[in-house]
Amino acid sequence: MEIIKPGINLDFVGKRKIALIISLVLLLIGGASLLAKGGPEYGIDFSGGTLVQIKFNNATTAADLRSNLGGLDLRGLTIQQVGDAGNEFLVRVQESSENLTTLAGRIQSTLEGKYGVGKLEIRRTEMVGPQVGKDLRNKGVQAIFFAIVGMLIYITFRFEFRFGAGTVIALFHDVLITLGLMSLLNLEVDLTVVAGFLALVGYSVNDTVIVCDRIRENMGKLHNQTLAEIINRSINETLSRTIMTSGLTLLSVLALYLVGGSVIHNFAFVLLAGIIVGTYSSIFIASPVILFWENYRQRKAGRTA
Amino acid sequence: MANTIKLRALTVLLCFVLAVAALAPTVARDSLPDWWRGLFDPIHLGLDLQGGMHLVLGVEVDKAVDTRLDTIADQAETALREKDVIYKRVSRQGGDMVVVTVYDEAAAKQVDTLMSEQFRGLESKSLGEEGGFITRGYQLSADEAENVREYAVRQALETLRNRVDQFGVSEPTLQRQADNRILIQLPGVKDPQRAIDLLGKTARLEFKMVIDNANPQDAIKGILPPGAQLLYEKNVNKQTGAVTETPMVVESRTSLTGDLLADAQVRIDNRFNEPYVAIEFNPVGAKRFDQVTAASVGRRMAIVLDDTIYSAPVIRERISGGSAQISGSFNEQTATDLAIVLRAGSLPAPVKILENRTVGPSLGRDSIDQGMLAVILAVVLVIVATVIYYRMAGVVATIALGLNLLFLLACLSLFKATLTLPGIAGIALTLGMAVDANVLINERIREEMRLGKTARAALEAGYEKAFWTIMDSNLTTLLAGLVLFQFGTGPIKGFAVTLSVGIATTLFTAMFITRLIYDAYMARRHVERLSI
Repeated sequence: MEIIKPGINLDFVGKRKIALIISLVLLLIGGASLLAKGGPEYGIDFSGGTLVQIKFNNATTAADLRSNLGGLDLRGLTIQQVGDAGNEFLVRVQESSENLTTLAGRIQSTLEGKYGVGKLEIRRTEMVGPQVGKDLRNKGVQAIFFAIVGMLIYITFRFEFRFGAGTVIALFHDVLITLGLMSLLNLEVDLTVVAGFLALVGYSVNDTVIVCDRIRENMGKLHNQTLAEIINRSINETLSRTIMTSGLTLLSVLALYLVGGSVIHNFAFVLLAGIIVGTYSSIFIASPVILFWENYRQRKAGRTA
Repeated sequence: MANTIKLRALTVLLCFVLAVAALAPTVARDSLPDWWRGLFDPIHLGLDLQGGMHLVLGVEVDKAVDTRLDTIADQAETALREKDVIYKRVSRQGGDMVVVTVYDEAAAKQVDTLMSEQFRGLESKSLGEEGGFITRGYQLSADEAENVREYAVRQALETLRNRVDQFGVSEPTLQRQADNRILIQLPGVKDPQRAIDLLGKTARLEFKMVIDNANPQDAIKGILPPGAQLLYEKNVNKQTGAVTETPMVVESRTSLTGDLLADAQVRIDNRFNEPYVAIEFNPVGAKRFDQVTAASVGRRMAIVLDDTIYSAPVIRERISGGSAQISGSFNEQTATDLAIVLRAGSLPAPVKILENRTVGPSLGRDSIDQGMLAVILAVVLVIVATVIYYRMAGVVATIALGLNLLFLLACLSLFKATLTLPGIAGIALTLGMAVDANVLINERIREEMRLGKTARAALEAGYEKAFWTIMDSNLTTLLAGLVLFQFGTGPIKGFAVTLSVGIATTLFTAMFITRLIYDAYMARRHVERLSI
């Protein structure tokens, strides 16, 4: 079976202005959302706080829970239902207690007082102090930064700097659009999400490398064609592979997203969105940047000459 | 050609046998002979999958420095008295200084000599001579203060290890981290609050004499006799569970501390059927206890744990055996836990809970189920899509995929890596991306065949041209995996591990094994066209 017929020649490079506008619009929307909300919505890993996952024997409602917890006077209390049964909830509080009577313990005993002992089960508690939260946030930013720099060095070493520049710009593009998307959908950024971003960085480069590889190969073979033609041809030649691989990876990530459970839901979302954006960017963003870089250099050379 | 095929096939077979042998204990734990289970461990599950507690405690090392200065002040006073040095007072000033006030220059010299002989790492300075007094201040040198802090963390780690050992958790992890932090992982903990109480308590046991003629009500208002402090006795009513606190004025000076304990055990009181903790002093402690009780018959002695009075019995007679009992409103468990912390020793400084992640066993179980379902669904979807698209070549890729999953899991078992929920996600992701190598090869082979090459030549060229592309794309993912490993904790590390190991198994299965299958297939017959 073939989805992409051999000898296909779509004009990707010619559409790069349209692609640029689409990307800018996406970046602007995401950026506006991030600005309006004062940055990404951090999970307790990064902001510090307490999270308790509670499963009740009988169904109850978030409103009921909230009124029952009212006496504790919890700062920044949010309650979110997990699953469809209506008996499992995530309770988040923006406080962390460093002493021995944990906030989670107080929440538990309060609820046991209202619902009865044995009527509920604390399935998970997480408490992250403000200092640890800050440390983890710094480490997360550092990790993504080092990963991107590592990619730049690798690509420059294996290919050329202009390929590296194109790849890294595509990377920023993918990460920022996905981050903006998360902000738009009010999804929390926590440790696993950062792991998702790093995997996305790896995947996105992977995709771009394939195209770059072909460009380099064709540059050696086709001396009588312009760079734009070579790039466009390379994208077309690898198109079948790009779509096949992205499609297969997307399928497995979709499985994670659908049945992987609440703990890795946001993680799966990052990969899902990231793979789509990453595939798009390796076709429409990374390669045109190489072209743009080349044109810019020639123009500069022309001016000085 | 035929020879290399045999050799390669043998390699794959060996790997296959090793992988199956390594994974057998994970799948069928009990039906295997002992030597087998001894050879390979089952895959180790992370706390998020098997349930358990991940704690990061911060040792408040500055408090240790503070305590050290308290001790110095205490011992200095005793030494001054023993040497008959005439002094006005010894006191603490600010957070970091011991101050000795004397009447004349000669005494000041004596104090200086005594302090430098008795205590290591003290720096002295003159604080002035006013109204006939000479005031000398002593501070810990920067080095010594650092030593005290360092020792506090080491000692805390040791004490916590003792407590965890007595708590009875299988395979606990205790690790010192940067910034005076201690990481504790307790798999399968049933009662998280109890674990926290047990680990987080400083457990500083002190015996202090009660000042009976002082009025606690005055003390609450802030009127305290010199050398006295206000503490509360805590009582829990067994029927109602209500906590009452009784104020009590005690001497600030500690008569005896829990450092001199040899043992602590839970006993049951015969008359009231109530548990209490029987403590046993070591020889030094027994002697001191003997002296203290002899000197204070008829007075009340408060038994203070972390600034809370447990009980304050009247000393009826001199106690020389070196044993005593702590009673209070205990139930079986609180008495047991008190005995544990007393046996394990006190923490040199209080600890704060900086991070606490606890996963209950039921959620861990659910996570395993969901994770496995996700992997199975991912495999099925990918296989169906690959076979539809590449037909026979898709079947070959599928065989590679199956072996990839097998080898990946076997590597986790062999390397004793920890499988976490993000780790399972990493497996699903790896399997999705693994086919990429075969896609690259197959697309290349298709291209070469379109150029009119024979099946064998197309195959040869396909593998060769795709090789570096595959390497490049996988190495970049590996790079991300390594960064992730460096940065990650717990569950995230599990993701980095499966992602990185997955790349190795992918390269092996998708390139080496599929090539072997094609070569073996074509060695026997003349193939004109590949089903690709």
